[in-house]
Amino acid sequence: MQRLRKNLTTCGGALTRLVASIAAMTVGSCLVAAQQIPLISGGAGFLSSTNGGQTSYLPIIEPLLAAPIGSHLLIETRASAVQSWFPYSPGQNGYPGYNHVYSLGLTYLQADYLASSHVTIVGGSFLIPFGTYNERLSPVWINNLQDGPLISSLGTMSTGTGVGGMVRGSAISRRKYSVDYKAYFSALDKNKKFNAERSSGGQASVYLPEKRLEVGLSYNRLLQGIHENFYGAHVWWEPKDTNLWLRSEFARGHHAQGYWVEADYRSDKFHGLDSWVGRIEPVFRMQQTFQRDQAASDGLSLFNTQRVDFGLDYNLKHNTRILTSYSRRFAPNGGNENIWETGIVYRFLFPVWKGK
Amino acid sequence: MKFKQCVAAMLVLVGVSLALRAQNAGTGGPTPPAPDKSAPKNQAGQHASEGERIFAQNCSRCHTAPDGFSPHISGTIVMHMRVRASLSKHDTQELMRFFNP
Repeated sequence: MQRLRKNLTTCGGALTRLVASIAAMTVGSCLVAAQQIPLISGGAGFLSSTNGGQTSYLPIIEPLLAAPIGSHLLIETRASAVQSWFPYSPGQNGYPGYNHVYSLGLTYLQADYLASSHVTIVGGSFLIPFGTYNERLSPVWINNLQDGPLISSLGTMSTGTGVGGMVRGSAISRRKYSVDYKAYFSALDKNKKFNAERSSGGQASVYLPEKRLEVGLSYNRLLQGIHENFYGAHVWWEPKDTNLWLRSEFARGHHAQGYWVEADYRSDKFHGLDSWVGRIEPVFRMQQTFQRDQAASDGLSLFNTQRVDFGLDYNLKHNTRILTSYSRRFAPNGGNENIWETGIVYRFLFPVWKGK
Repeated sequence: MKFKQCVAAMLVLVGVSLALRAQNAGTGGPTPPAPDKSAPKNQAGQHASEGERIFAQNCSRCHTAPDGFSPHISGTIVMHMRVRASLSKHDTQELMRFFNP
């Protein structure tokens, strides 16, 4: 939730204009195939977090618009609207209460040009590819736990997004293995709406479908101030026929490093995944961060930190999930704390207009 | 609670899951039928299974499948997934056939 608050910038008027212009652009393109109507997808949720006896509430909606223009061009953007309610200490009148902060912003806005079967060219504001969390797991309706990993700020240049261009695609795709790649360059952009650092980097990953195993490496470099390097590696594995997912990631920055390992499981042993037992999804995540020096934190805690998360999710019908978790954070100097989180998340997906 | 105990709990979780899998295999749990090589090939069925495999291996790696969606946006979904999941052209074609049998 802290990351969400940090990343969002207020741009209500600009957001409306941007969405309107995209909609006009897509409506104007009269060569829309029957199955390529623009869509709106995303998640809406109500989340709560109790940390040290203080409970905060976070209603959130993250809509994504994907609009194809012809068969080679796709415009996509994701917005985020958050109303954060958090308690404040008793003031002069002696009564405790809640403050709230509203924020609305575009997370990214990019154009994808499908140049060939192996190359997609991306331009605009995009999610920085590093590890797996930022691009794949950060949407509120995907993440198994409310909070992102502690190291999610490593390698994503503190903004999570870049402004510039990216080349990505499937380098090799065979039945037994596939190789994906991404390479990007971002310019410095101090615009409040699309804040970005000057950086570049890339990612490559190998996926073995029969083993359900993915291994990837990431490298990003900050190209301003002290030019810092960030290295990352991830391993995802789904043992065959188990419905167990194991995800792990390691990241090393100039000042800090860390890793996380997550396991989540659904049982199909009791009348399948759609039975009431099969909809239960226990989740476990463990993570550690280590400071390499005291000069800066790379967005992490200034102390070596360990954290474990025990989650229990329930996948309701109609694309709705209930997320619950208990987390324990271990840190020196009285940094130990319990974190209780609950929430309900709904995933939506529908066409922008009704097709014929 | 100590951090090491938490790590041990996770290992137990993984161990139990793998044990369940091994037990299922060892006690003759449900196994897919062997393909009949003499049977004529069912093109539609092949496309569905290939597309289903691609969906399971790429899309389901990150998220669960939606309960349903309009067929009018299936092409947009596939285009979006091609970018996000770095799908090859073949994979997108099979996925399209899977969404529109």
